[in-house]
Amino acid sequence: MENYSLKEVMNKPERLAPGHRMCAGCGATIGVRAVLRALHEGDRAVIGNATGCLEVSSYMYPYTAWEDSYIHNAFENAGATLSGVETAYKVLKKRGRLPEDETFKFITFGGDGGTYDIGFQSLSGAMERGHDMVYVCYDNGAYMNTGIQRSSATPMYADTTTTPAGKVSNGKPQYRKDLAAIIADHNVPYVAQTTFTRDFKDLHQKAEKAIYTEGSAFLNIMTPCPRGWRYDTPDIMKIVQLAIDTCYWPMFEVDHGVWRLTYEPKKKLPIEEFLRPQGRFKHLFKPGNEHLIEAFQAEVDRRWEDLLYKCAR
Amino acid sequence: MAIKDRMSGNEAVAYAIKQINPDVMPAFPITPSTEIPQMVSNYIANGEIETEFIPVESEHSAMSATIGAEAAGARSLTATSSAGLALMWEELLLAASNRMPCVLALVNRTLSGPININCDHSDGMGARDTGWIQIYAENNQEAYDNFLQAYPIAEDPRVHLPVMICQDGFITSHAVENIELMEDAPVKEFVGEYCPEEYLLNPGKPVAVGPYSVSNYAMEARKNQADALLAAKKVILEVAEKYEKISGRKYGFFEEYRTEDADYIMLIIGSAAGTAKQAVDDLRDQGKKVGVLKLRVFRPFPADEIVEALKNCKAVAIMDRTESYNGNGGPLGSEVCAGLYRRKADVASVNYIYGLAGRDFTVNHVYDIFAELEDMVENGKEVEQFKYIGLRD
Repeated sequence: MENYSLKEVMNKPERLAPGHRMCAGCGATIGVRAVLRALHEGDRAVIGNATGCLEVSSYMYPYTAWEDSYIHNAFENAGATLSGVETAYKVLKKRGRLPEDETFKFITFGGDGGTYDIGFQSLSGAMERGHDMVYVCYDNGAYMNTGIQRSSATPMYADTTTTPAGKVSNGKPQYRKDLAAIIADHNVPYVAQTTFTRDFKDLHQKAEKAIYTEGSAFLNIMTPCPRGWRYDTPDIMKIVQLAIDTCYWPMFEVDHGVWRLTYEPKKKLPIEEFLRPQGRFKHLFKPGNEHLIEAFQAEVDRRWEDLLYKCAR
Repeated sequence: MAIKDRMSGNEAVAYAIKQINPDVMPAFPITPSTEIPQMVSNYIANGEIETEFIPVESEHSAMSATIGAEAAGARSLTATSSAGLALMWEELLLAASNRMPCVLALVNRTLSGPININCDHSDGMGARDTGWIQIYAENNQEAYDNFLQAYPIAEDPRVHLPVMICQDGFITSHAVENIELMEDAPVKEFVGEYCPEEYLLNPGKPVAVGPYSVSNYAMEARKNQADALLAAKKVILEVAEKYEKISGRKYGFFEEYRTEDADYIMLIIGSAAGTAKQAVDDLRDQGKKVGVLKLRVFRPFPADEIVEALKNCKAVAIMDRTESYNGNGGPLGSEVCAGLYRRKADVASVNYIYGLAGRDFTVNHVYDIFAELEDMVENGKEVEQFKYIGLRD
């Protein structure tokens, strides 16, 4: 792990085959492939998946893009479904129905709708019970599969199809839920929040830790959606960089209760830098709406300070 | 050698689970089925079985985890009642459509509201079109025997569908009765080892479960599933025959009790059949030609066989322990009438709603019903075709 090289890990066989039907430039598949690269060669995996863009586009009968065993059950139960699979593994091993030297890892993917909202109970239950699995949320900040409806992960003021900006509306009225912190409060062995960096080292290392730490682990990955966020598709890496440099999307881990910041911007940029390139925040830049950006900035600052405090303890 | 014992229906099912020693049981407590996961947890806590119990946070997760475990290659089950089954509804459909041969011990309890913990069949009947095989029991002996037959039916390659083993809440689940249990060895041999063909944890042979399916494929999947449910009819009878050989107890789609020459038949499901049989004995003593057809297998629905069993009687009382809110008939009433009509069987019928939310159903009700059928046929009395019995005045 210390000798991480992007070139080297990119040479590993792909575990999500090309030919799936996700949009060009979709952040979710970039995130999924990066997580799967952290699996050690020779280790098998069962991949779970909540209903969402990823599921309907990657396993459309009779084609699957998944090289590993894969199970999609429903929207709200990816946590419970994989906890059943993981328990089956335990019992098959115990009863000698799986060879001793066979190692399976359990990773389930859900979008923010399937994770923060409808699948929250199922996720919380699975984490609390301590199943040896990783729940990966690919957080693109709205119900993108059904057409960009707000979720509890949607940033404040975002223009979505159920919180449209209008003559008397400034988009979503509420702040977003801090799910990584909530799962950390379940006292699971490992929680991390990450996104794409130029060398993908942060994501890779966190995914590897999550997969190879015994017990429940949760990984929250910001995966931009060009359709929902309305930025120029090739700009994905610029958008992500702005999210972390404005401290909108802090990168951290909570390893056995110890909070650690894994990236601190040299110069914290104002939140406008992140908001401006995205069509979903266009209304914030109309004259007279400066106070909205100020409120957004104040909340980002408050959360960042809070995180710094947790990490300094 | 049979073991003579006394136990409740919940104990009988838990004992069957112990003898089967399945792989994974996720469950969530709900009255009156709670005792089943409690007893299984005790067996586990004392090292009597190797089953892994998952104390899930809801019934939806119970069925979700059951599907996950079953798909992974583990023999899996859960238990529930009432609102628990209703919360599982989406997952019941997925268990069946993903062709998971898992088992659910259903202890029938009414659905809310008003909230009430007692028996009727609104939970099981609400799930009648989810694609599960449904087998109902009259007493603890049948609950035990049916449970032992569940996996051999579910796991048969011709079927590959989930099975719901139903018994009446409190009336059967909590009442202690005499029972004949089997020895462990013949049970083990009868149920056999679980050897799935394809499963998630099959090393080197990955599978994908739960696809998105476009219209070009989805309709064929439904038809295949419906065909498998129909194919289960043959398998249910084969398994019953094998079971008879080791237990001496005979099972079919239904039990015909004094129906061979009966003018009037009561078609009924579950524990109330015991009451009906007692009343039939009383009426037979008075020279009345009456009988009971106790339905055991509701899904797949044995329409041909029911019509065959009813076609020579003058009238049938079809007993539904649930309301369908359509003013036209309960689930059993509607399906039996459709069966009779399609097969041009000229049998008069009245569909009675009885025993909702634990309302007592007594021999007096049965006497009244048979008297009403006779009055209708012999004297031409007009009788509502769909009516309640046992309501307070």
